[in-house]
Amino acid sequence: MRIARIALMGALLGALVHTAPARAEVAAQSWSFDGPFGTYDRASLQRGYQVYSEVCSNCHSLKYLSYRNLEDIGLSETQVKAIAAAATVPGDMDENGTVHDRGGLPSDHFQPPFPNDNAARFANNGALPPDQSSLVNARDDGPDYIYGVLTGYVTPPAGYIVPDGMNYNAAFPGHNIAMPQPLQDDQVTYTDGTKATLQQESHDVVTFLTWAANPELEQRKRMGVHVIFFLILLTGVVYALKRKIWAAVH
Amino acid sequence: MADSSASVGHSSDDGVTKRDFLALLASAGAAVTVGAIAWPLIDSMNPAADTLAVSAVEVDLKPILLGSGITLLWRGQPIFVRYRTPAEIKEAQDTPMADLIEPQEDSARVKPGHDQWLVLIAVCTHLGCIPLGNKLGQKRGDWGGYYCPCHGSQYDTSGRVRHGPAPLNLWVPPYAFESDTKIKIG
Amino acid sequence: MSGLFKSEIKNPVINWIDCRLPLFTMMSKEYGSFPTPKNFNYFWNFGALAMVNLVIMILTGVFLAMNYTPNTTMAFASVQHIMRDVNYGWLLRYAHANGASMFFIVVYIHIFRGLYYGSYKAPRELLWQLGVVIMLLMMATAFMGYVLPWGQMSFWGAKVITSLFSAFPVVGQPIVTWLWGGFSVDNPTLNRFFSLHYLLPFVLVGVIFLHIVALHITGSNNPLGVEVKGPADTLPFHPYYTVKDSVGICVFLIVFSVLIFFAPNYLGHVDNYIPANPLSTPADIVPEWYFLPFYAILRSVPNKLLGVLMMFSSIGVLLVIPWLDTSKVRSSRFRPVYRPFVAFVLPICLVTLGEVGAHSPVGIWVILGRVATAYYFFHFLVLMPVLGKLETTLPLPESISEAVLKAKTLKKAEAV
Repeated sequence: MRIARIALMGALLGALVHTAPARAEVAAQSWSFDGPFGTYDRASLQRGYQVYSEVCSNCHSLKYLSYRNLEDIGLSETQVKAIAAAATVPGDMDENGTVHDRGGLPSDHFQPPFPNDNAARFANNGALPPDQSSLVNARDDGPDYIYGVLTGYVTPPAGYIVPDGMNYNAAFPGHNIAMPQPLQDDQVTYTDGTKATLQQESHDVVTFLTWAANPELEQRKRMGVHVIFFLILLTGVVYALKRKIWAAVH
Repeated sequence: MADSSASVGHSSDDGVTKRDFLALLASAGAAVTVGAIAWPLIDSMNPAADTLAVSAVEVDLKPILLGSGITLLWRGQPIFVRYRTPAEIKEAQDTPMADLIEPQEDSARVKPGHDQWLVLIAVCTHLGCIPLGNKLGQKRGDWGGYYCPCHGSQYDTSGRVRHGPAPLNLWVPPYAFESDTKIKIG
Repeated sequence: MSGLFKSEIKNPVINWIDCRLPLFTMMSKEYGSFPTPKNFNYFWNFGALAMVNLVIMILTGVFLAMNYTPNTTMAFASVQHIMRDVNYGWLLRYAHANGASMFFIVVYIHIFRGLYYGSYKAPRELLWQLGVVIMLLMMATAFMGYVLPWGQMSFWGAKVITSLFSAFPVVGQPIVTWLWGGFSVDNPTLNRFFSLHYLLPFVLVGVIFLHIVALHITGSNNPLGVEVKGPADTLPFHPYYTVKDSVGICVFLIVFSVLIFFAPNYLGHVDNYIPANPLSTPADIVPEWYFLPFYAILRSVPNKLLGVLMMFSSIGVLLVIPWLDTSKVRSSRFRPVYRPFVAFVLPICLVTLGEVGAHSPVGIWVILGRVATAYYFFHFLVLMPVLGKLETTLPLPESISEAVLKAKTLKKAEAV
C-alpha cells in the first residue's frame, strides 16, 4: 500500500518535471524578481524603459500596454502624461469623416513603430520584429534567454558562414538572427548616472520587459505568500480536528 | 483494543471543549477561504483598469447655436451641452427653491462666468432614458428644459426635475473650461 | 395530505419545504448519516477533490467568459486584457489554466485508486463506466478550452487534433471540414469551441450526478475490497469523512496555490504567448501534459488510421475492464502477483508514454513509445484476464471491522 503510494507520487513528479527539449544554452542570471519574495527593482525598470524607448521601440511594438501602466514602474503622473503626449494617436472622426491625429493620453495603448506587419517586415529586411508585451513569457527561460541574445553577438567560430542579412548570435536557436546587434556599451546615457555597459543595459531592459509581460508579479507573489501561510494554518487546524473526531473510532 | 471512552462525543471534560473549539476555528477558516475565493470573482465584474482610465473628452463649443445643444458620448453615457438663451438663464436663476423637488441653485450647476453653458449627463434620473429637448424643436415640457419620453418626467432650463416620476435633478458631470470656447469633460 | 413526505426535521420552515421537496432529508441521508466504510485511506479523498476542482473551474470560467471575446481578431487581445486590466483577471486566468492541470492530476489519481483497489468490479461496473465518460468529457472540454486564448499552441493543437479525424476513410475529410466550419481552423471553429467549452462542463455536472447516484446505490469500495457486512464496518459520512475530506481539500489548495502564485506558467507552453499564426507552425508542438501519454500512443504506430484507432481504444479499453479482470478479489493488496504490475509497471509505463509524447518521435523515443504502448494494452487485454485466473490470492479478512481491529492490535503490540 505505502509502496503503491510512493510509486504513484514518483510517477506524477516524473511526469511533471519532464525536461524541455534541448536548445541553445543560456546562462542563468540573477534577477530582482526571482524567488517567492522577488520584486522589481524600480530603478532598473526605469532604466530599462529608457533603453526600450530609445532603442527597442524603433522596431518593436509594446501594443498590449498603455502609457498609464508606466506609473507602476515609478514614473509620476506628469511624466506619464508627457510621454503619452509625445506619441501621435489617431483621434476622433469629425463631421466630415476625417480622422485627425492627436497627442497621446495616458489611457492610450503604446503606439506601434509601424502601421502594420507588412510595413514592419518591409522596413526590416523581411523579418518581423515581434511585439514585446509578452515576449518574456513567450520564450523558455524568457529573462535569461533575452539577456543571452542581447549579449550574445560574438564573433562566429572560425569557418562559420553567416548568411547575407543575418547576424551571428550565440544564444539564438540556429545562431542566425535577423536583428543586428541592438545594444552596445554607452548606447544610452542613463539619466540616473548609472554606467551604461552592454550588460547593464541588457539587464535593465530585460527587467523592464519582464515587468511588461508580468505586471501582476509583485501582487501575485505577495498574495501567494499570505494565501499559503493561511492555508498551512488551516490545514493544521483541520488535521487536529480530524484527529480529535477520529480518536473515538475503533 | 483502542482506548475506550476518552473524547467520545460529549462525554469527556476537556475533549469536548477542545473539539468544539477546533470545529469553530475550522469553520471560521472555511468561511474565510470561501470569502477569499468569492471576492476576486465579484471584483472582476467591477470596471477594469482600462475602463477607469478612459479619460477626458474635449468639446469645442463654437459650433453650438444659441438655444440649442449637442449630444456626445463620455464613458459610454450621453452628455448634453446646451447654449442657453438669456431668458432661459434668468428663468433658471429666478426659480424659488420652494418650487423644486431637489432644491439646488442654478449657480451650483454651471461654471461661474459661463452661465450660458449647461452641461448635463443626459440620463433621466428615473429609469435611465435620454430626455428630449436638447435640440431646438424637440418637446421641452412645461418648464422649457427637458422632457423624458419614457414616463413623462420634466426638467427646467437648469436640468432640475420639476415633475415626477424622476426623483432627482439631471447630474452634472465633472468638467472645466479650457478656454471660453472649449470644455474638457472628465 | 396523503402522499406528502413526512419530514422529521424540527424547524417548521425547513420542515414545510422538506415535506414538499425532501432535499434536506436527502442531503442528510446521502451526506450526513450515509454509512461509509470505516477504513478509507487518503486515496478516497480524490473524489471530493475532483468535485471541489470542478466547482472552481466553473466559477472561474463563468467570470472569465464575461471578459473574453471568441473572435480570431480579438481573442488573444481579450486574454491580455483579462491579465492586465480586469480586477484579479490574472488570478482568474491562472486559476483556470492551472485548475485544468490540477483537475487531471486529481482525476488520474482517482482513476488509479479505482484500478488498484478493483473499484470497477461488480457491482460497480456502471459507476466505473460513467467515470470513463467523465474523463472523456473532461478531455474534450480541456482541449477546446486550450484553443480559446488563440495562441500558437491553441491554433496548431486544434489543427492537429481535429485532423486526427481525417484518418477515417471516405468520411474523414468531410468530418474535419464540418468540425472546422470551413477549410481551416478559423473563426467559426473558435466560436463553436467557445460555445461547447461553456456547455460541456454542465453536461459533466449531469454525468457526475449519475456517477454519485450509482455510487450511493452500490456503496463505496474500500482498501480491503471486502463488501460492508454490517453497521460495525461503517461510519456516518459526517463528521468522519467530511473532516477527512477537508484535510485533503486544504492540502489540495496549498498545491494549487503554489502553482497559481509562484509557477503559473510552469505547466503551460511558451508558444501560447505568441498570437496564432496560420502561416507558421511552432518548432516543437506538444499537447498539454495530461494528453501526452495518449499522444504517444497515437504516434507509436506508423499508420495514421491505426494510430488514431489505437489512441481511442486506449481509453475504450477502460470501458470493458470490469469484464477483462477475471479475479475474484478486488483489492490488489491481496493479489501478490498482480500488485507490482498495477502499482509499478503500469504507472511507469504511463510516465514513459508521457515522456515519449513530449519528445520528437526519433531514435530511442520511437522504441520506448512502442514498448510502452504494447505494455499498456498487454496489461489490460492479457494480464488482467490471465492473472485473474492463475493467481493465488492472499486470504481476505472476514470483515472490515475485523481487519481494522487486527491492525490496531498489531500496532499496539509493536508499540509495547
